[in-house]
Amino acid sequence: MREFLIGKLNADALPHEWFTIAGSVGFTLMLLFAVGLITYKKRWKWLWNEWFTSVDPKKIGIMYFIAGGFMLVRGGLDAIMLWLQQSLSSGSSHGYLSADHFQQIFTAHGNIMVFFVAMALIFGLINYIVPLQIGARDLASPFMNTLGFWLYVAGVIMVNMFFFLGNEYGAAGWLAVAPLSGKEFSPGVGMDYWIWSLQISGIGTTLAAINFIMTMLKMRAKGMTLFKMPLFTWGSLCSMAMAVTVFPLLTMTIFLMFFDRYFGTHFFTTTGGGNAMMYTNLIWMWGHPEVYILMLPSLGVFSEVVSTFSRKPIAFYKSNVFGMIGISTLALMVWLHHFFTMGAGADVNSAFGVATMIIAIPTTVLVFSWIVTMYKGKIRLTVPMLWFLGFIAVFALGGISGVLLAIPPVDFQLHNSLFLVAHFHSTVVGGVLFGIFAGLAYWFPKIAGFRLNERIGRYAVWSWIIGFFVAFIPLYVLGLMGATRRLDHYDASTGWQPFFIMSLIGGIIIAIGAALQIVQIIASFIQKRRLADTTGDPWDGRTLEWSVASPAPAYNFAVIPEVSSRDAYFEMKKLGISKPTYKDIHMPKNTASGIYISIFAFLVGFGFVWEIVWLVVVSILGIIICLIAKTFNEDSEYTIPAEVVEKMEEHQADKVRAFHKDDDEVDMGLLEFIKIALSWAWRLVRGKR
Amino acid sequence: MTHAETSEEMSHEEAANDRVMFGFWVYLMTDLLMFSVLFAVYAVLHGNSLGGPTGRDLFSPPLALTETLILLTSSFTCGLGMIAARKGIKKQTLFWFGITFLLGLAFLSIELYEFVEFIHEGHTMRSNAFMSSFFLLVGTHGVHITSALIWAAITLFFVAKRGLTKSMVRKLSMLSLFWHFLDIVWIFIFTVVYLMAFV
Repeated sequence: MREFLIGKLNADALPHEWFTIAGSVGFTLMLLFAVGLITYKKRWKWLWNEWFTSVDPKKIGIMYFIAGGFMLVRGGLDAIMLWLQQSLSSGSSHGYLSADHFQQIFTAHGNIMVFFVAMALIFGLINYIVPLQIGARDLASPFMNTLGFWLYVAGVIMVNMFFFLGNEYGAAGWLAVAPLSGKEFSPGVGMDYWIWSLQISGIGTTLAAINFIMTMLKMRAKGMTLFKMPLFTWGSLCSMAMAVTVFPLLTMTIFLMFFDRYFGTHFFTTTGGGNAMMYTNLIWMWGHPEVYILMLPSLGVFSEVVSTFSRKPIAFYKSNVFGMIGISTLALMVWLHHFFTMGAGADVNSAFGVATMIIAIPTTVLVFSWIVTMYKGKIRLTVPMLWFLGFIAVFALGGISGVLLAIPPVDFQLHNSLFLVAHFHSTVVGGVLFGIFAGLAYWFPKIAGFRLNERIGRYAVWSWIIGFFVAFIPLYVLGLMGATRRLDHYDASTGWQPFFIMSLIGGIIIAIGAALQIVQIIASFIQKRRLADTTGDPWDGRTLEWSVASPAPAYNFAVIPEVSSRDAYFEMKKLGISKPTYKDIHMPKNTASGIYISIFAFLVGFGFVWEIVWLVVVSILGIIICLIAKTFNEDSEYTIPAEVVEKMEEHQADKVRAFHKDDDEVDMGLLEFIKIALSWAWRLVRGKR
Repeated sequence: MTHAETSEEMSHEEAANDRVMFGFWVYLMTDLLMFSVLFAVYAVLHGNSLGGPTGRDLFSPPLALTETLILLTSSFTCGLGMIAARKGIKKQTLFWFGITFLLGLAFLSIELYEFVEFIHEGHTMRSNAFMSSFFLLVGTHGVHITSALIWAAITLFFVAKRGLTKSMVRKLSMLSLFWHFLDIVWIFIFTVVYLMAFV
């Protein structure tokens, strides 16, 4: 009976390791604080109606940012823990982590950074910006968008559930290679949490990707042909096209692994005729393109940033587009370079090695497109532009080491070493994270209504760039010296410790950079009036998102613009805009179905992890009922009357007319921020007395 | 909306329909890719029966052919149902989709019969890699058929209740697309799994 009711759950599942106690207490305190604050401010209804059930891509985008930013801190803590262990654990000292715990941390770090940070931040940008860039009011399927987001949230909760129940995270690496991830070698619930967190969020990603493809291909403003699409939208389109191609492979591969673990099938086992290398093949068929799924929107961001801050249209627009298409096509054909040592033979290895090196060509096309755009441009070295320059430096390092690793004989020496770790961090931090940060700084005025503090932003950029090189150059060296990745302990005679310590120092500088970014956002909020973006066009932008107010109104465009050239808004500014006639606007109604379905999806996963059969069955039925109710509910739209639209647009136009530009730099510096923070703290303490 | 505009652009509702149908096509392609993994896995593992019975020993060609013919016929009746739905004839629509539903049910019963038969003889998906990949490939198709049948039952219920509104016709055409898609996947299963076993 007990087994029927709660499955494998028992008292042992409660937190009893130091890290799960710390984690569960920490999360509970944060949750209590949030709940208390919301209750105190009486904001529950507002939160539910305006945010949680919203189908507005702008709001969903912001929620993606918040969740992704939170997970970035979570994954960053993991990284610092790994760095600390590696710099301590030499010779007779064994550091402060057990080998098993160390394995769980690097697994979690990889998982969280790829699935729950990078994906979330990319989706945040795409959600907010793409509809504005193509002149659309919403996504093709608003419901699928909220469903995708809440499935992602369910995945986030699932990935952190082990703090509360289970005491262990998966320890088989972020891709859970078989047969290590099988029941035989990983009997605990950690792997099951891994399966279900990825399965749930992965399905959310597929849905979101289908939705964005529908939006980008079917909802562009009149006149915007594919070759007049802004480059960020192009990058996103390539990225989403890859996502719908490879995420089904991930879903099915994990599904087969789930069968291996739960029903004793023999797909990836060492016995019964299973083939473990098939798992490695299948997972990398998803895994390699995944990196490019994350990177292409970032490359698109850089194109926008470079063009805007050089005050020039992007050079070689078509080559740039074909470069991105080339990258996405080639990226699907190189997965085998992740395991040249499998023993596929010289012919196969050479083919994949050459294919990998060819990717450098379309990538270089992009770089040349940016360089030529900057040539003779009026360059403004704003924070987004600095992120771009940092990206060039870091990404060049990653690209060159990547071409090296693509040579099979070299790879035989370097694979599984810290050289590889340094390589992919150069590409992912430079190519993905810096792009996201550039995009965030670039579009922040559009999202928040005021721009970010530039001075503190510059400090953050430099901390990140310097920290990155200090942290990862030693790893390249260590890799060449023979240090393998995922080491929790090494012999003192290797002489590696100084390099690991230097790497840790780099990690700390990066952490300072991240802290400065948080300070930057707080400082910008303090100065929000002075940094306000009244015109909606703070950077003298070129694409359509800058033609609307900041933050963008719920309906995005009062009148859908007609596009006749690439830099559509730049053209409009030159021609001047005549007063339009306003019409009623139909917008989709909010819905809570996405939340309900995601709760049930979470419970399906939870039921499977702890083998509670009734919970699985009930939850699946719940999902089906929610879907039916949603599909056959025909009343899903509301109307914004033309008068309301006109009033809002007139109000914005008045603000723009009253606006006059002053060129003084008003942004507060770090010292001023500390002064304000101290005076606040002082007032708080005195007030208490 | 003025007359000139309607002739030039699609109406709000038509545009939404157009988007949803396109999105459904993209979804079908993702589903196809999931099947492609299962086909690849079957191709790699179908020889690994480890001394147990191979496909040649287990499969019954007449049974598989019957399944195929039933499913092909159901695709035909599904097409007739769609024609009736586009013409707005509710009774015929319900009739042809009803037939499709029954044929689907017949197909599913044969498949289940085959599975039960195998399990009774002691060939489960735990036996060896060949059986694992067989059960997962054919079983996943079966689960798709099952969900299509549930979907059909619900849609037909709402068609009977609300009549052939524009959105109902759209839902029916999505259902029929899904049905044809499953038919095509089955043709490949019939070829790769059942016919190839006897080559």
